[in-house]
Amino acid sequence: MAQFEGFVADPTLMAPAARPPAHNRTWLSAYFGTPGNALITIVCLGTIFGLAKLAIGWLFVDAIFAGTPAECKASSGACWPFLSAKLRYIFFGFYPFDEQWRPLTAMLLFLGACGASMVPRTWGRVLAVAWIVVILPTLYTLMAGGMFGLTPVPTTQWGGLPLSFMLSFVGLACALPLGIALALARASSLPAIRVLGVGFIEIVRGVPLISILFMATVMLPLFMPDGITIDKLLRAQVAIILFAAAYIAEIVRGGLQAVPKGQIEAGHSLGLHYWQIMSKIVLPQALKKVIPPLVGLFIGFFQDTTLVTIVGLLDFLDTVRTAMRDPQWQGIAVLEGYVFAAVVYFFFSALMGAYSRFLEQYFRTTHD
Amino acid sequence: MKKRILQLCATVAGMAIGLTAFAANAATTLETVKARGKLICGVSMSTPGFATADAKGHMQGFDVDVCRAVASAVFGDPEKVDFVLTNINTRFQALQSGEIDMLSRQTTHTFSREVSLGLDFGPTVFYDGQGLMVPKSLGVNSAKELTDAAICTLPGTTTAQNLSDFFRSIGGKFELVVFESPDENRNAFFSGRCEAISSDRSDLASIRAVANNPDDYVVLPETISKEPLAPSVRQNDSNWRDIVSWSVWMLMAAEERGITQANVDEMAKSEDPEIQRMLGVSEELGKMLNLDNKWGYNIVKGVGNYGEVFERNLGTKTALGLTRGPNTRWSEGGLLYAPPFR
Repeated sequence: MAQFEGFVADPTLMAPAARPPAHNRTWLSAYFGTPGNALITIVCLGTIFGLAKLAIGWLFVDAIFAGTPAECKASSGACWPFLSAKLRYIFFGFYPFDEQWRPLTAMLLFLGACGASMVPRTWGRVLAVAWIVVILPTLYTLMAGGMFGLTPVPTTQWGGLPLSFMLSFVGLACALPLGIALALARASSLPAIRVLGVGFIEIVRGVPLISILFMATVMLPLFMPDGITIDKLLRAQVAIILFAAAYIAEIVRGGLQAVPKGQIEAGHSLGLHYWQIMSKIVLPQALKKVIPPLVGLFIGFFQDTTLVTIVGLLDFLDTVRTAMRDPQWQGIAVLEGYVFAAVVYFFFSALMGAYSRFLEQYFRTTHD
Repeated sequence: MKKRILQLCATVAGMAIGLTAFAANAATTLETVKARGKLICGVSMSTPGFATADAKGHMQGFDVDVCRAVASAVFGDPEKVDFVLTNINTRFQALQSGEIDMLSRQTTHTFSREVSLGLDFGPTVFYDGQGLMVPKSLGVNSAKELTDAAICTLPGTTTAQNLSDFFRSIGGKFELVVFESPDENRNAFFSGRCEAISSDRSDLASIRAVANNPDDYVVLPETISKEPLAPSVRQNDSNWRDIVSWSVWMLMAAEERGITQANVDEMAKSEDPEIQRMLGVSEELGKMLNLDNKWGYNIVKGVGNYGEVFERNLGTKTALGLTRGPNTRWSEGGLLYAPPFR
């Protein structure tokens, strides 16, 4: 506005400002203004009301909140005693019953640590070291035992929600650096590295996760010498890490391409070398741009861990499914388990989505 | 220098793998199990009556009790067993790779499996066979009256194969309707999508058990295939195979002799020489298996006899409500026949 300084408008020379067009569409006229709108509104309201009535009737009114399988069979509503009877199995799977405070503590500790790590103020080297040196070893010790007087629990008995968390979060935490490295490799000007990067990404992306898990379970042990087995959980975890890394690499590559070339040239002209340019200039901008697709991928993987059932491990959704096949409850509680699983998955996915929106906002206001 | 270090690393790693492999080869399954202090048994992923987890995550079922019987024989404690869940695709491989010590998972004993898969089967623990179930309202009394019927099944080549073999032999036609999940399969049948549903008879019983009104459905008398379900072990370990086989026969023989979980202490005082041998009171059958001489006593004390195991998991008082059928003693017209303990 600097060049107009001193310019004073003469109000008499200007046409009077027109009033904005009348905007008196109230909500009533928006929904019931014309006969067509009114009809659509009434039909929609009726449908919503009918569905809500069905859902509430099934979920609460006709539901049985305490009782036996036989009472549930007689009722037309939901059968919640199934959940209360099976809750601990659904959450912790085959983990020894008397030791289930351990996965519970581990899970709470994990969620607490995640919550703390989500606050931008805590970010830094200290947090990374704390995760690697304190939090993860504590979680592992709690789950596996064998130290400090805790009974050892083999990984084959881990299951339920802690397993879902572990496979997805540890998997993605390890896959993220690997994926970034792969993205850089693919964008590299060194042919050998580029070919390796492209080869890995394309091969892994060209194969479904379930077949990678299947290979890790069925084929790998046949190549191993007699009597040597690698822990099943480890096999599944490594498979998930490799798979996630390929997808993360492509998302990060998209971010890298969105960073203008001038940024890199500016780095060169300042005398920075490749790693300095990447870590201080390009990657911070690239990663910021790809937060939404990355979180989308994370949510997807959180739900995909259920494929480990092929390895004989039961994650949260699998424990729900197997709980429903208990002969006592079989055929009685079919929907209840799935409804509960949907609520739990929705809760954590919505949390991740909300955090993603917060991150976008945060980076928009502090940088750029 | 760097190259030499790499070479050294590779050699050491190679030797380590070679050594462990050698050690693993040298140890028999029994030694491995004893050293570990636990049996590792492959079971199915939740089949009602055969292997399911109760509210505490404690495994129970018919297949599970076979594992517990072997654990009792080896350790004198039915709880000293870890269960590994296996599915249809990975079960044999889990056994071959040494991940599990034995497989007790509703597995049909067939020629090609025993001969080509590197495993040995134990005695049949459950005689099953594929059958057909129809709604009573259909008014059909025999599978031969089913013409052009739509039949619901789960995927799996043998089920469909058996059906087409059967209908070809009677010169009939049928339409196959395949569902991926057991729940869909069952609901499709109940909702009338198919006239009949086909599966193993034990499975049909459990499907019938969850119907709103089980009396509306009837299992047809024809059994169109033989499905002898048996536990299996890795081949060429004859001591371990003997242990698994004779643990199963111990369950059957205990029922023949009227030894139950409740009266086993009483029976140990019996004058009958075979009972004495079975329960380790006289002679040394257990030692011959490299087990504690009270192995038989421990099995019955731990899980009961065959009849008790059957009734507890599959019998008429359970949700499955199976009758013994062919799974009863030979002396009562069944197929269970344990060789003598002498």
